[in-house]
Amino acid sequence: MINQNKLIVSHAPFWHNGSGIAERSYNVMGAALLAVLAGFMRYGMPAVGVVCLSVSMAMFWELAYTRLTKMPDTIGDGNAAMFGLVLAMMLPATTPWWIVVIGTFLAIIIGRQIYGGIGSNAFHPAVLATAILIISWKNHFNFDGAYVAYNFDFLSRYPLGMLKNFGPRGIAHYDLMDLFLGRQVGGIGSGCGLALVLGGIYLMLRGYIRWEVSVSFLVGVFLTAQIFNMVNPERFAGPLFHILTGYTLLAAFFLITEDSSSPVNPLPMVIYGLGGGLLVVLIRNIGAHTDGTLYAVLTMNLVNPLLDKIRPKALGKVA
Amino acid sequence: MIKRSFFGLATPLFPYDPPPRPPADPLDIPLPETISLYIEKPFESVSAVKLKVGERVHAGQFVQLMPGDAEGTVSPVAGRVTAVEPYSGDFGRRYTRLTIAAEPSGPQDDAFAAVAAEPTLAGLTRYLSDCPGAPPLHLLDEGGPEIDTIVISGMDSDLLMATSQYVMESRVEDVKKGIAVLKQVAAEKHIVGVVPRDRIQGYGHMGCEFLAADASHPAGMPVKIMHDVFGRTVPAGQRVEDVGAAFFPAEAVAAIGRSVSEARVEMHKLITVIDKQGVTRMVSAVIGTPFSAILAACGITLGARDSLIVGGPMTGAAVYSTDHPVQADTDALMVQDSADVPLSSDYPCINCGECIRICPVHVPVNMLIRFLEAGQYETAAEEYDLHCCIECGLCSFVCPSHIPIFQYIRLGKYELERIKALEAEND
Ligand code: SF4
Ligand code: SF4
Repeated sequence: MINQNKLIVSHAPFWHNGSGIAERSYNVMGAALLAVLAGFMRYGMPAVGVVCLSVSMAMFWELAYTRLTKMPDTIGDGNAAMFGLVLAMMLPATTPWWIVVIGTFLAIIIGRQIYGGIGSNAFHPAVLATAILIISWKNHFNFDGAYVAYNFDFLSRYPLGMLKNFGPRGIAHYDLMDLFLGRQVGGIGSGCGLALVLGGIYLMLRGYIRWEVSVSFLVGVFLTAQIFNMVNPERFAGPLFHILTGYTLLAAFFLITEDSSSPVNPLPMVIYGLGGGLLVVLIRNIGAHTDGTLYAVLTMNLVNPLLDKIRPKALGKVA
Repeated sequence: MIKRSFFGLATPLFPYDPPPRPPADPLDIPLPETISLYIEKPFESVSAVKLKVGERVHAGQFVQLMPGDAEGTVSPVAGRVTAVEPYSGDFGRRYTRLTIAAEPSGPQDDAFAAVAAEPTLAGLTRYLSDCPGAPPLHLLDEGGPEIDTIVISGMDSDLLMATSQYVMESRVEDVKKGIAVLKQVAAEKHIVGVVPRDRIQGYGHMGCEFLAADASHPAGMPVKIMHDVFGRTVPAGQRVEDVGAAFFPAEAVAAIGRSVSEARVEMHKLITVIDKQGVTRMVSAVIGTPFSAILAACGITLGARDSLIVGGPMTGAAVYSTDHPVQADTDALMVQDSADVPLSSDYPCINCGECIRICPVHVPVNMLIRFLEAGQYETAAEEYDLHCCIECGLCSFVCPSHIPIFQYIRLGKYELERIKALEAEND
């Protein structure tokens, strides 16, 4: 009794499956890497610069915030870096440095910390930040203008812009396979469908994002676009074009799937995805914006808490 | 230790660990010098206690703590009482701790022989309620809840634990006898056995029907057995007895059988000992044996900051001292190296939904934990199904934020219980 070792008295369970937040963040970043590399190859050093600045600034804001508010450092969990990376994927390669600095501030401080930090953000921080940036500095998000200095060996007009301005006739020259392989202009990490899909499949298989959300989002886009296209093929583009352009695929695997702003119950996940897909095409086809994806995601983020109330009845629940 | 599989998309299974076939003999732990018993009765004062230090008890003797008490306990050994003292357990539960210096060749009490010759419910309840497996005989009494089914559980309720399954393999005759005795004293009750699905063969001659349950956690927990096997859902906050079932661990039935056939109260408890590597072995020790004696016999040394856990890895309870004794319901003893003790964090819920997908009873854990962390236990219970939780521990096991969800749940239930008791007192 007297000469006894001190034992640790913790609580059950005494096992843990070893998962962690850092692991989730780094896997998402790893999965995004393919699409980011495709962007580097397409746009060269300016893209590298934007991505590096965005990731490091996001980490800086996180550290600055936790230090200022005297909270424990959370920079090690990779969550801020992940949002920095995802933000950069949406930006044009020629984005000026100060927009990146402001964008990361908006994402990390306004989009995340103000709401209470990790897990409490109602909106996807990077989407919120990008949406604000687009509204504030529209010109810098004009993909046609952004890449005038480049010489591409493919149609260098932003596909969704062409669709908005000229209707399906304007996009007749785009080859769907080209679009899928990333031969189009757009955000650094949003152009190459192949890379995004591979990353997405990886994340779904490993369970870091939910396939229910991603798949139903894509189904939502497809069905809505298909219906529009069937009703009036002269005015509305086909479903595959919508899936392969703009932020659609990026949203399917990296934006709409974000943990804190998306539902966790089975049926809500499906409704959430479908609703997001529907909104994307609605905004593109009859709304004012060229690419409705970001607003679709934000809108779904908004209804998420409501949707997630639809849940299976607990076993033994009385009444 | 089970880790998250690479393909996290797949729903993991948590198979129970069946004992080897044929089962190896248990390691017999020698009778220790002193044993201690916990009696679930707060220790009021020395003068209130009838049992005095220095008094001699026989093995198998029914000892009363307070004068005029119908309740008491049976001494597993013959010896001399060396201490009667208060003891507080987890969540403020208060016990009286009785220490007895054992005399290996001391006299055997013969009062039970009469009960064994002519078993009655009252007699068995008096002598066997504290025997291995803690048979809930009192539930079968008229005054208690309406019980129509006696469930003999050959299922263990935690991983790595194999005590009940082992009994169903190696003590078949005792179990059979126990079933016969139960039939005799509780004739109008329906008796049904439950064993893991892959071991359902070979129980045709036992004298009662045997049904199969899934061999993976948490299918072995009584509430789950009631739902999966019997189709009876235990309402939130209630127990299996409230839906008409009395759960007898297989070991308890075996102990009843052996006690009656040998006319001597059986007091050897089977315990699955789980060492630091997760290797298990079965030991047999007299109830009241301190854990230190078991660890010594198994050659396990405990270092500083290691953990000693009563029960299995998912639902057990850590104790702070190796002096803690084997009790009637101590099915497993687990030792964990300090390096393996998982630490919880103060991260908030990231809403990943892992807990939702793993919870066997669909508790909205992601919402529940927010209210529990904020101390809003009433809302947690009313809107987020706190009382539906069957305490399987899986949500904490998978939480990437390492939130001690399970502990919060237990705390929440305890706090509500306390508030209720206080309110009742004030009325
Ligand atoms: S411990 Fe967790 S997983 Fe198990 S029943 Fe309770 S809430 Fe559900
Ligand atoms: S597993 Fe943990 S972090 Fe994930 S939703 Fe449940 S409580 Fe939140």
